[in-house]
Amino acid sequence: MTEIWQGLIKAIQLIVSLDPEVMEIAGRSLIISVASCLLASVFCLPLGGLIHFQRFPGKRTLISLIQTFYSIPTVVVGLLVFVLLSRAGPLGGLNLLYTPAAMIFGQMVLVVPILLGLTVSALSSVDKAIPDTARSLGASSLQIAVVVLKEARFAVMAAIILAFGRAISEVGLALMVGGNIRGFTRVMTTAISLETAKGDLELSLALGIILILIALIINIILNRIQQR
Amino acid sequence: MSLLEVVNLCQRYGERDILKNINLKVERGEVFALIGPTGAGKTTLLRLLDLIDTPTAGKIYFNGADATKSGRERLEMRRRMAFILQKPVVFNMSVYDNIAYGLKWRGIKENNIRQKVGNILDTVGLSADKDRNARTLSGGEVQRVAIARAVATEPEVLILDESTANLDPVSAAKIEELIRGIIQQHATTIIMATHDMAQGQRLADRIGVLIDGEFRQTGSPSDIFTSPRNKEVAEFIGIENILDGVITSSEDKVVIIDIGGKVIEAISDYAAGEAVSACIRPEDITVSLSKIASSARNSFSARVIRTVAMGSLSRVEIDCGFPLVCLVTKKSADELNLVKDKPVYATFKATGVHVIKR
Ligand SMILES: Nc1ncnc2c1ncn2[C@@H]1O[C@H](COP(=O)(O)OP(=O)(O)OP(=O)(O)O)[C@@H](O)[C@H]1O
Ligand SMILES: [Mg+2]
Repeated sequence: MTEIWQGLIKAIQLIVSLDPEVMEIAGRSLIISVASCLLASVFCLPLGGLIHFQRFPGKRTLISLIQTFYSIPTVVVGLLVFVLLSRAGPLGGLNLLYTPAAMIFGQMVLVVPILLGLTVSALSSVDKAIPDTARSLGASSLQIAVVVLKEARFAVMAAIILAFGRAISEVGLALMVGGNIRGFTRVMTTAISLETAKGDLELSLALGIILILIALIINIILNRIQQR
Repeated sequence: MSLLEVVNLCQRYGERDILKNINLKVERGEVFALIGPTGAGKTTLLRLLDLIDTPTAGKIYFNGADATKSGRERLEMRRRMAFILQKPVVFNMSVYDNIAYGLKWRGIKENNIRQKVGNILDTVGLSADKDRNARTLSGGEVQRVAIARAVATEPEVLILDESTANLDPVSAAKIEELIRGIIQQHATTIIMATHDMAQGQRLADRIGVLIDGEFRQTGSPSDIFTSPRNKEVAEFIGIENILDGVITSSEDKVVIIDIGGKVIEAISDYAAGEAVSACIRPEDITVSLSKIASSARNSFSARVIRTVAMGSLSRVEIDCGFPLVCLVTKKSADELNLVKDKPVYATFKATGVHVIKR
C-alpha cells in the first residue's frame, strides 16, 4: 500500500516539475490525437453535409451502418491499418508502419464513424425552417449548407471533442501501428500499458493522472457546449 | 406581361391533391391577397411561387421566363423575390447578421451592407437590439427581423405568409403598418396570405379566395365582400346568414324568394324558378321591439334564441321561421334587453340581400 502512495506522490512531483519525459509523451499524445481529429473533421464535415443534404437510395441504411461503427474495437481498426501499412500490404511502399503518421492515420479511421454520424445527426436536428429561410433569402445550395452547419456548430463541436476523447484514450491501435518506440511513437496509453509491467509505476501514474485531467477538461467543455 | 404568371399549377403530397389547377397573374406593383381557411393550400402555393418547392405539374413564369427549370436561373429569379415564412425563424446569430445575410449571399460590399442594414433597423425599430442574439427576441420582434431581412434584399416581389397571425392586436397593427409603408415607399409587388378578410380589404388591390386548393373567386376586395360568387366564399368572408330558397317571382330585378314558407325580397338578375341562396350580413339586420316603419322591404316578427356579447357588439340569434344571426351594439342589446324568448322584429333591406345561384 505504501508503495502505491509513494508512487502517487512521485507521480505528482513528476507532473509539477514538468518532467521532460512525461511532458514529451503527453505532448506527443496530444499532437497525434488533435491532428487525427482535425484531419478527419476536414473531410467528415463536408461529407456529413453531403450525406445530409443529398437524397439518394440507401441513405438510412448508410447512416445506420455508420452508427454501427461508433464502437468498433480499436484493435480491429489497428489490425486493419496494420495490414494496410505492413510491408506486403497495399500501402506498404510508404514505409509508414511504426511511425506517428501511421498512428494519426489509424486514429482518423477510428474516429471517422463518430464524426460522420454525429455530424449528420447534428445537421438533421436543425429546424427545417432554417434551410427554407436561407433559400427564400437567396442562398445557393452551398450557402444553405454553410448556414445549416453554422446553426449546428455547437453539436458539431461536441462531435469533434467526443472523437478526440476516443482517439486520445485508445491503446490497442497505437500499440499495433505505433509500436511504443521511446521518443518516437510512445504515447500516454501505450506507455502506461507497457511501463507498468516493467515496474515504472510513477511514470504510469503521472500519465494516468494527466489522462484523467484531459477527460475532465473534455467533460467541462462538453457541458459548456450543451448549455448553449 | 405579368410579373408573375401561374398556369395550371398542381401540387400533390402522397395521395392528396393540395393544389388543383391554379391559374393566376400578378402584375408589377400589385398587392395580391390570398385568403382562405386553414389547410386550403395557401402556404403550399406561396412556397411554389417563391421557387422553394417544385410543383407536381404546371408552370410558373417570372417576368415571362419559365421558372420551373432548375439551376442558376432559378436562383437568380429567387433572388429577386423574398418570402417571409408563416412561422419565421431567426439564425442563431446577432440581429444585425440576420438582416445582413441575404445581402452577403448576393455578394454586396461590406460598407454597402452596413448602410442598408442600418436603415432597415431604423425602419423596423430594432436599432437598439442590433447586437443581440436574435434567438432572444420576442415573437413580434422575430416577425420584424423577418420582415427587415426580406426587405433588405430589395425584392421585386415580397411574399408574406400570415405575417400578423399569432400576434396580439397591437403588434399585428404595427406589422401591418410596416407592410403598408413598404407598399407605399417601394411599390413592391406583394403577395400575401391571410385568413383575415378585413386585412385583405385594408391592404390588397385584388383578392383570391383559395378553398380546398382551388381559386373559388378572384376579384377586387369590394367585389368579393359584396358579391361572393358561391356559398363557400360567402361563408368564408363572414356572411353568417345563408338561406336556401327558390325564386317565385321576378320583376325589374326585384325578386321574391321562398325560404321554406317565408318570403323575402331581394335584388337579383335571376329569374323565377331558380334555386338560390340568400346571403344576409348580420350587421345589415336591424333588431327592434316594435315593427319599424321604413322603406326596408323585409320585416319579420321573431323570438330571441340567445345573445352573446362580443366586445362592443352583441351577436343575437333569432328565430323568424328561419334562423337569423344579427349584430347589434352591446349598448342597444342592453337597452332592448334581448333575453331568451323575447319577441322582436328583424328588418333588412332588399338591397342588403345578396343572391347567389345554388
Ligand atoms: N410537405 C407536406 N407533406 C404532406 N402534406 C402537406 C405538406 N405540406 C402541406 N401539406 C398539407 O397540405 C394542406 C395545405 O397546407 P398549407 O400549409 O398550404 O395550408 P394553409 O392554407 O397555408 O393553411 P394555414 O392557414 O393553416 O397556414 C394541409 O392539409 C397540409 O397538411
Ligand atoms: Mg399556411
